[in-house]
Amino acid sequence: MKTIITATGKGEEKLFDLRFGRAAWFCIYDDATDNMEFFENKHVDAPSGAGGKVVEEVVELGVSRVISGDFGPKAKDLLEKFDIQMVILKDDRKTIKEIVENFKS
Amino acid sequence: MSYKIAVCSGKGGTGKTTVAVNLFSTIQTKWTKNVQLIDCDVEEPNDLLFFKDAKVINRSIVNQLVPVIDESQCTFCGKCEEYCEFNAISIIPSVKYASVDPNMCHSCGACLHACKFGAIQEHQHPIGELTSFSRGNQMDILEGSLKIGSPMQTKIIKDLKANACDESDILIYDAPPGTSCPVVETVSAADFVILVTEPTPFGLYDLRLTVDLMKEMQKDFGIVVNKAGMGDREVYAYIKEEDIELLAEIPFNREYAGQYAQGKLLSDVPPLIEQEYLKLAIYLKNRMSHD
Repeated sequence: MKTIITATGKGEEKLFDLRFGRAAWFCIYDDATDNMEFFENKHVDAPSGAGGKVVEEVVELGVSRVISGDFGPKAKDLLEKFDIQMVILKDDRKTIKEIVENFKS
Repeated sequence: MSYKIAVCSGKGGTGKTTVAVNLFSTIQTKWTKNVQLIDCDVEEPNDLLFFKDAKVINRSIVNQLVPVIDESQCTFCGKCEEYCEFNAISIIPSVKYASVDPNMCHSCGACLHACKFGAIQEHQHPIGELTSFSRGNQMDILEGSLKIGSPMQTKIIKDLKANACDESDILIYDAPPGTSCPVVETVSAADFVILVTEPTPFGLYDLRLTVDLMKEMQKDFGIVVNKAGMGDREVYAYIKEEDIELLAEIPFNREYAGQYAQGKLLSDVPPLIEQEYLKLAIYLKNRMSHD
């Protein structure tokens, strides 16, 4: 199962990003292969509708779960529509690695 | 043709509504009945709060054209999504999903142009309403209100301007705060603009932005200082330096502010304040005869 975690930068030592549509980077973690990849959010400066655009990518990537600080109303509606689990985490002092370790155990 | 006056401010809470409502009332009682007040602050219209005797005489729905994608015709090529400046369109080819969010669409029509497969058609989508009110005079007050969530203030304001009473001698537009599109839309039709400010650093900062906007739009304008007596003198130094006409100074009066909060803006107006509105009305009358 693939999970997307919003990240402040590239690399597992980087901190978690509380924003979803406006997150700086995304970490995509696949628990079947234990593989972790990072990609930059190209919608970070969109004047409007960043959340919806990110959801489109999430769906295209076949992700089943997203972890972020919060989800805007439009992103939420779309994620619900495609049955993607939303996990809200409020701790922006955690690194991506810590979050992944956390749900591995 | 009516003479059109817009009341703007930049900063919120300086007294646009106070000035617009009082000016309307002064003109109506002291000058001509042929005046209409148009509440263009469509996200939060509140002029009506001060006219408890006003009765609804007409209400109409404002619609916006919004594209609807026919998924059976759509090839999910994503061209329309690429054309959309407002990110209102979501296309997800892998799951054959195509949808338009009417709350983000600005009705520009670019997607219709982009689609080569005839999969997009426009439909009417309600975004708000116009209401006209009477206090014994058919043309008294016109109000626009936008539905929560819609970004199309300008569409409602355009309709307000188109529906204003042509036979009025004077139209008073109560503008929204700020200096963005809805304000530009409101001011664009005005013959004269009244900028309401307050003598505080915040009032001055936003006044500068609004003055710049007026200059860029090549509008004639003057300034009303509301809540005079509070804050500092910086705003006056700026007005002098820029050589802008100071039309009126409305003294700050705590008791009158309390009355405002109870919706009693037009009863027991302190004489010093009443006098300033009269001065403003006379200025406008002179201006109209010269323009």
